[in-house]
Amino acid sequence: MVISKANLSPRSNIITKPLWQAWWTLLMFGFMYLPIAVLAFYSFNESALSAQWTGFSFKWYYRFFHDERILESLSDSLKVALGSVTIAALFGTLMAVGLARYRFWGRDVYQNTVYLPLIIPDISIAVATLVFLAAITLPLSLATIIASHVVFCLAYVSLAVSTRINSLDSHLEEAAQDLGATPFESFRLVLLPQLYPAIISGCLLAFVCSMDDFLIASFTAGGGINTLPMEIYSRIRTNLTPDLNALSVVLIAASGLVVLLAEFIRRQSEAKRSRSLV
Amino acid sequence: MPSSPISNSSQSWFQRLEPFLMLVPAGLWLFLLLILPTLLIFQLSLVPGIKPGDLVNPSSLENYFKIFEPSVLWIILRSIGISIVTTLLCLILGFPVAYWIALLAPKRWQNLLLLAFVLPLWTSSLLRAYAWISILRPTGVLNTILMTLHLPTLDVMNQLPAVLIGMTYSFLPYMVLILYSSLEKLDRRLLEAAADLGAPPKDVFMNVTVPQALPGIAAGVLLVFINAIGDFINPELLGGPSSMTAARLLYGKFLGASPDWGMGSALSALLIMLVTLAIVCLIKYGDKNARSI
Repeated sequence: MVISKANLSPRSNIITKPLWQAWWTLLMFGFMYLPIAVLAFYSFNESALSAQWTGFSFKWYYRFFHDERILESLSDSLKVALGSVTIAALFGTLMAVGLARYRFWGRDVYQNTVYLPLIIPDISIAVATLVFLAAITLPLSLATIIASHVVFCLAYVSLAVSTRINSLDSHLEEAAQDLGATPFESFRLVLLPQLYPAIISGCLLAFVCSMDDFLIASFTAGGGINTLPMEIYSRIRTNLTPDLNALSVVLIAASGLVVLLAEFIRRQSEAKRSRSLV
Repeated sequence: MPSSPISNSSQSWFQRLEPFLMLVPAGLWLFLLLILPTLLIFQLSLVPGIKPGDLVNPSSLENYFKIFEPSVLWIILRSIGISIVTTLLCLILGFPVAYWIALLAPKRWQNLLLLAFVLPLWTSSLLRAYAWISILRPTGVLNTILMTLHLPTLDVMNQLPAVLIGMTYSFLPYMVLILYSSLEKLDRRLLEAAADLGAPPKDVFMNVTVPQALPGIAAGVLLVFINAIGDFINPELLGGPSSMTAARLLYGKFLGASPDWGMGSALSALLIMLVTLAIVCLIKYGDKNARSI
């Protein structure tokens, strides 16, 4: 009995006792959210210049919603994000299904190339795209930003869709084809409805990344095009006004909500699947 | 019979075309806007004295010689140094977090905690750098607090420490995410067995936990290093002129006041080669599951 007691105590030491990790995690959560909290706090500050609190005010939010330049750049950013995500949704889904269905020479290379934009630095992609567009003398415009954003949007969409396909029952499609459905019908009527949650969550993540991208857009934007991150960058470079605090709070909250929504949709579809299996 | 021979043959036509319809559009897009441009960078890096649109000069390694001039070489070495320090900071700060969430936190909170920790990763990197500017600048939040407490003020803005803070803040979630996915799969019975056999907690950690988490640690270290070496926004906005990095130099060679596309391409080629080396290490030593992140 004495031995077993002695055996138990070190075990509980390892699994439950050392709580400093919990405090450390709390501290790191503080580190992650402190800058965001600071922005939020000062976005309600009356004063424009000092870090001192001089009174509560909504004026920076009012200013931001009436700032023509910001609203114009927001509309440019939305055009880019919607355009590139739409193209990526279509081609990315087709590609992910194609990669799951067919075995061919170079398939692994193809698959890994798709995910490359998630790993290689944005600046290398941005520079290379600029050089390429200059070499084929294509004038820079809104369309060139969309075309270059499709590259990384494809990665997000196909990653979400591929993960989903791997967790699906391929027998359903085979059964549909055995019952007389053409491959296209079985794709449209059986596979696609099961992929919608993954397509949507992949698109939401791609959308957030496109809205946030500064480097690729600034290398591929034509004259007169000014996306929101480009506008934010030039404001940070030139003058620091609390305008930016209000804008940051709105944007950070928006991206946070979109990502949570994407995660929620993904979880819902997983949960539904595991319920239907039981 | 519902299907006539004609529709049957058109169907098989479609069937034969189907793989191409699925794989060619995205493949072509990636070839034109990712593969070809990257190859072009390598080609351009071998052409000295290039002006935009002018691709006929004879090849030479002149652009690469420019990179190995002491002033440029120093910038590259500084970038590598900053990236290594950032990576180590992320590992030291992030490991206990991943360990706690994966092994000690209540099971049903794990996913939520992890999601909450990595959520800031999805917000604009420009705005995160801006937040640190408003904390660290001379009249910022930090110094206001220090002054109220009658403590000496700190001048870190536009210095190396500010860059390290900003980069560590930016990439810590990556590290935690990857370490978590590795620690979560840890075989707990081994920890218990080691403890039952009388190993002190420190030995259990060093001899059982760490070796099992090693592929995850390798993956996290390499991914943070790759992100850090290519980071432009943090050094540019937080670093000031004293912390010039390779990514900032690269930006300047294309969009700066005195562009030099040839040297810029050589620098970019070097960056790509460095990252490729890290990716090869990642595939060889890294945690296979972590690659999907």
